[in-house]
Amino acid sequence: MTTRTLIRAGLGGLVLLLLSLLAPLPVQAADDNALRAALPTLRTAGFTEKAALIENLVQLPHPRVVPLLAAMAGGRLYYRAANDQFVIALNDAAEPAIEDAVTGAALGQVDKRDLERISANNRLRALIENQLAGLGLASSDPVQRKAAVEAFLRNPQTEGAARLRERQPVETDENIRKLLTAALALVELGNSDAAIRAQAATALSGWTQPEIRGRLMRAAADDADVHVREAAQKALAKTEFRLQLLSWAETLFFGLSLGSVLILAAIGLAVTFGVMGVINMAHGELMMLGAYTTWLVQQWLPLNWSLPVAVPLAFLVAALVGIAIERGIIRFLYGRPLETLLATFGVSLILQQAVRSIFSPLNRSVATPEWMSGTILLGPLEVTLNRLIIIGFCIVVFALLWLALQRTRLGLEVRAVAQNRAMARAMGVRSARVDALTFGLGSGIAGVAGVALSQLTNVGPNLGQNYIVDSFMVVVFGGVGNLWGTMVAGLSLGVANKLLEPWSGAVLAKILVLAFLILFIQKRPRGLFPQRGRAAEV
Amino acid sequence: MRLPPWLLSDRAGLGLLLLLALLIIVVPTLNLLTPPDSALHLSAYTVTLLGKYLCYALLAVAVDLVWGYMGILSLGHAAFFALGGYCLGMYLMRQIGTRGVYGDPLLPDFMVFLNWKELPWYWHGFDSFGFAVLMVMVIPGLLAFIFGWFAFRSRVSGVYLSIITQALTYALMLAFFRNEMGFGGNNGLTDFKDVLGFSLQAEGTRIVLFMLSALALATGYLACRWLVSTRMGRVLVAIRDSEDRARFLGYRVERVKTLVFAFSAILAGVAGALYVPQVGIINPGEFAPINSIEAVIWVAIGGRGTLVGAVIGAVLVNFAKSWLTGALPEIWLFALGGLFVAVTLFLPHGLMGLVRRRAEAAS
Repeated sequence: MTTRTLIRAGLGGLVLLLLSLLAPLPVQAADDNALRAALPTLRTAGFTEKAALIENLVQLPHPRVVPLLAAMAGGRLYYRAANDQFVIALNDAAEPAIEDAVTGAALGQVDKRDLERISANNRLRALIENQLAGLGLASSDPVQRKAAVEAFLRNPQTEGAARLRERQPVETDENIRKLLTAALALVELGNSDAAIRAQAATALSGWTQPEIRGRLMRAAADDADVHVREAAQKALAKTEFRLQLLSWAETLFFGLSLGSVLILAAIGLAVTFGVMGVINMAHGELMMLGAYTTWLVQQWLPLNWSLPVAVPLAFLVAALVGIAIERGIIRFLYGRPLETLLATFGVSLILQQAVRSIFSPLNRSVATPEWMSGTILLGPLEVTLNRLIIIGFCIVVFALLWLALQRTRLGLEVRAVAQNRAMARAMGVRSARVDALTFGLGSGIAGVAGVALSQLTNVGPNLGQNYIVDSFMVVVFGGVGNLWGTMVAGLSLGVANKLLEPWSGAVLAKILVLAFLILFIQKRPRGLFPQRGRAAEV
Repeated sequence: MRLPPWLLSDRAGLGLLLLLALLIIVVPTLNLLTPPDSALHLSAYTVTLLGKYLCYALLAVAVDLVWGYMGILSLGHAAFFALGGYCLGMYLMRQIGTRGVYGDPLLPDFMVFLNWKELPWYWHGFDSFGFAVLMVMVIPGLLAFIFGWFAFRSRVSGVYLSIITQALTYALMLAFFRNEMGFGGNNGLTDFKDVLGFSLQAEGTRIVLFMLSALALATGYLACRWLVSTRMGRVLVAIRDSEDRARFLGYRVERVKTLVFAFSAILAGVAGALYVPQVGIINPGEFAPINSIEAVIWVAIGGRGTLVGAVIGAVLVNFAKSWLTGALPEIWLFALGGLFVAVTLFLPHGLMGLVRRRAEAAS
């Protein structure tokens, strides 16, 4: 057996297995004898006769027909001469476990040499697959019906098409009906009438399945009729365009995903740097604390509950550390941004080493809960669930921060102090308290970002360092003191990075983006959306 | 011989120069003329370590010139240091010749390993020592000139400038990590054999490299001291204290800034070029943003705007680093981080400020 047939048999077997598991059992009072009587001829018949026999077998209303035929296609149906019975081997061992082909009763293990295989060739295998697909088509379960059509797509044959044609008008599921139409068109591509072939080719446009594309390509290259070739080429062009769109959508999604990570990392900075004008080089380490909080929570709580608990906890931990930094160091350095930068950098080194000493210099693995793993279909696009959730999470965090700054008393005071400290104080705002709380808010958001990052990257002492340059660039690019600017900047940098990646490779893409940013800041030092105000820049 | 007035009034500087002269005489003597088992003997390892400190000190002087006198906090000066190092490293690579593992007369080992067939164009010329030394100054200087020209002309200043200098060194680090760049990727340039025919392992070469480092530091210091005492130096301080006023008075602020920034980068490049043959390796890690920031903290500890303080800070911190990373590796980052915080909070003028305050209190 060649590898290809092996793979095909394997695939077919898989589908059949599914079918046999899901098939609703026909009337239990099935006649075992009718089935048993039909079998012996299988042993002696040639391949052509076998084909006829299989067609007959399928007609029998017996629950064992499906597993029996599946076993035959998989080369696991044997005749056991000692007991004059047909058996199915359950595995490929030298002494396989066997069961009775008709009753399904387990018969223990036997030596393979005592068994005689009921052979099948590729044509028979295809036939079996088709016939079983027909059985699947009648199923009440849409998943099974879809599987049956897809099995047909892999192996389209004119004989099986009749059943599809019968099914198509009564099919209730919209998607399956479309798939059926495509499957029928695929058969029509082999029609002798050129007009029908051309019509079929046109109907197949936009289907991205490799089987359909492959068949169309063949038709486009060497169909006898020029109109069919043209129709197939047109259809292919449409398919290619659709594929191109899909790949763009995919790039866009990856870009948005990266962008949302950047936004999460930068949005806390947008508060501390943008609103307060404080350069916090320890921002990355506050994210790291958030990630480690997630890890700690996972040591105590069941996995599925860990993240909802970790988010508020990480906020609290990072916010408290942030307030401590503000009260202990930064408040003595207001108005001296460069000194603030150095002092907070010192803090970042201390936090890094603290984590290294307490937890270990090695990375900690944070697990992904079940409800966040796997993929999901977003229209025609298959996306990983964790990235999708992080995009949503980013939007939620952004919205909450926006509301906090615009709709709460604290937010009002924060904006007042940012605009004019002296005036705010004169109006009774306790600016020292506001400073501490603002810094706590920005730091807390960094902690929350750390929870998200723990789902995407390694959690280690260097986690923060990797994001600090990026997040500063996002804030500066967007325009300091402008939350929307941060959002736009994060998203566009993320998308730009992913657009460049296929062309230049990941590292070079990052370098190019950095170089662009450096040039951009030269051109517009105040960012994309500069804050407008009456204050002179002195 | 009479000293020019700008040097005569700089007593700390004179002290430093004297100390350097003393080192140039004493260190080789203690290394070469004392028996190895004598208590006074300086091992080649110590000589190289001292030479390394002097290179760092020169980098610190370069940082102090732009930060202490011009108010530009560059978080990317290690990039110029590393570029200078790479330029000399390329010369040293070419000198290996057929003694490499693969024995290719033209291509360095890592290129043979990557299956490259010919030398990239930018490697040409580096077989000549003179050209390499020229490039040690030209490449960092040119990069700083272009970078500064754009940045200062569009009036990027303060923390924005700090952040984009950091982005610059970060981008360079990422770039040099790439094998395709042709600078040895992750491993960088290493396995050097000799310079101008002298083996790098020989004690004599190490002594000479040490003396050259001391000489370079002295020259760099003198050049900076002279620069800040000139009219241009006063403009520098004016820019630091109020850039807009200096501009309103009619000074071409961006030109002054660009020139001094480029000059400072050249000093950093020279420091890097002397550093590489002494430590025997240069890799992209030298571009890491933390290196630049460490250089800034040396200056902050010694006292910014004093030049001598930069040298003191660099030597002290690096001595502490060598000692602590050996004795108590866990403590080092705590100590460095604590230094950052303590110096900015309690010692805004650094050690030199402390000394000056004592002196003023005494008089």
